[in-house]
Amino acid sequence: MAEHKIRVTVNGTAHEAEVESRLLLVHLIRDVLRFTGTHIGCDTTHCGACTVLLDGEPIKSCTVLAVQADGRQLMTVEGLEKDGQLHPIQEGFWEKHGLQCGYCTPGMMMTAYALLQQNGNPSEDEIRQAISGNLCRCTGYMNIVKSIRYAAEKLP
Amino acid sequence: MIPAAFDYHAPNTLAEAMALLARYGEAAKVLSGGQSLLPLLKLRLGYADHLVDIGRVPGLEYIKEEDGYLKIGGATREVALERSDLIRSKYPILLDTALVIADPLVRNRATVGGNLAHGDPGNDHPATMLALGAEVVATSPKGERTIPIEKFFTGLFTTALKPDEILTAIKVPIPASRSGGAYVKLERKVGDLATAATAAQVTLGKNGEVERAGIGLTNAGPTPIKATQAENYLQGKKPDDTAITEAARLAAQATAPTVDRRGSVEYKREMARVLTARALTQAVQWAGGH
Ligand SMILES: Cc1cc2nc3c(=O)[nH]c(=O)nc-3n(C[C@H](O)[C@H](O)[C@H](O)COP(=O)(O)OP(=O)(O)OC[C@H]3O[C@@H](n4cnc5c(N)ncnc54)[C@H](O)[C@@H]3O)c2cc1C
Ligand code: FES
Ligand code: FES
Repeated sequence: MAEHKIRVTVNGTAHEAEVESRLLLVHLIRDVLRFTGTHIGCDTTHCGACTVLLDGEPIKSCTVLAVQADGRQLMTVEGLEKDGQLHPIQEGFWEKHGLQCGYCTPGMMMTAYALLQQNGNPSEDEIRQAISGNLCRCTGYMNIVKSIRYAAEKLP
Repeated sequence: MIPAAFDYHAPNTLAEAMALLARYGEAAKVLSGGQSLLPLLKLRLGYADHLVDIGRVPGLEYIKEEDGYLKIGGATREVALERSDLIRSKYPILLDTALVIADPLVRNRATVGGNLAHGDPGNDHPATMLALGAEVVATSPKGERTIPIEKFFTGLFTTALKPDEILTAIKVPIPASRSGGAYVKLERKVGDLATAATAAQVTLGKNGEVERAGIGLTNAGPTPIKATQAENYLQGKKPDDTAITEAARLAAQATAPTVDRRGSVEYKREMARVLTARALTQAVQWAGGH
């Protein structure tokens, strides 16, 4: 089949869409469902700007088909903030200057979110390992590590 | 980048998946983690009219010891190796390998079966499986067959798998008690394929001599390389520095690397030598040698 009716949950809300087999998940998210916080950097599976959570795990959405997400849970950067309140990870990037141009930031935050779900108190080394698939061309990573540490301390 | 159009199938059972492959033959490809296949389709370096996604087929993701083997399900993801207590405690060579494959995001999807089935000499599991003397289980509508890993890689990006076969499991003989293994990789940055890398698995005998040595080399030729001469040389010898130095020299001799941005032929061969010595030394240590 070349066309598929799929159902995905994004940030807790169910969405339906009619998609071509070859539609990439990142295009479903950005172009069809209009969650444009997720970025496309390299489009060659290298940079991690397109990172979203698929069933809770960070993946590169430029390298997954939209149909593969049928019936699954997605979380994008738009899912971090609740009722106008920034998530501690967002607050950390703000407070610790974890971004400059901001291009890598949504992906970086989703990876950080997944890390903190698994390990509430990661060391600098563990943070650097976890974000090693997310490239930042601006910050040199120092402040990103500090931002994630900030969130770790702030989160219950 | 958008791949050329294809039909996508998401079978819910292994039987259905095999039937689809049998029906479409060469026009179909198995889609597992998609971390090699989708980039190829996007760059239009690869084509398929039909993708058969095995991601919804149950029973292909496991890591267990059974009947004298460590058995890894064909669609087991790299992240599962990283998190497995069995792998962490008993198979350091497999943990070493998983941790240097791509990056954590790719490893959340990439599978061990896909890493072998892709037939890329730059992939990391092939050398490790060569060192471990693994077997690959291929399943088709005709039944199951077991392929020794040294017969599996037939050419650049080609394997012994037939178009209607699914790699359903990898079987590693459980190593004898005084065994150890290590995978050592030189890479320019996280997510790069190896400039050179060596997998070494050693079993020691009663008097500390080498009973069995397995050595696999990554990205050192058109296919993953089993350094047979070096393995044979070590057999029965005490794995001291002199023996390891000579084995590393023999392993480097077995390489046929090509020039690319990762380095010259001479450099890669020299790195294969250095890394083989390091991997052997580490393997012997794990085996309780010295
Ligand atoms: C940025 C990046 C960096 C990478 N770095 C490394 C690295 O350093 N080292 C490394 O080893 N790999 C690396 N890879 C490759 C990655 O590990 C691949 O995902 C893996 O090699 C293939 O596994 P997959 O499950 O994604 O397979 P897929 O992409 O789904 O499939 C790959 C091929 O194998 C076939 N196939 C897959 N599973 C089966 C099966 N069960 N039965 C029959 N055929 C099957 C497919 O038909 C296809 O031809 C990298 C990938 C990326 C994107
Ligand atoms: S856009 Fe997906 S990894 Fe760069
Ligand atoms: S802030 Fe510019 S790429 Fe990270």
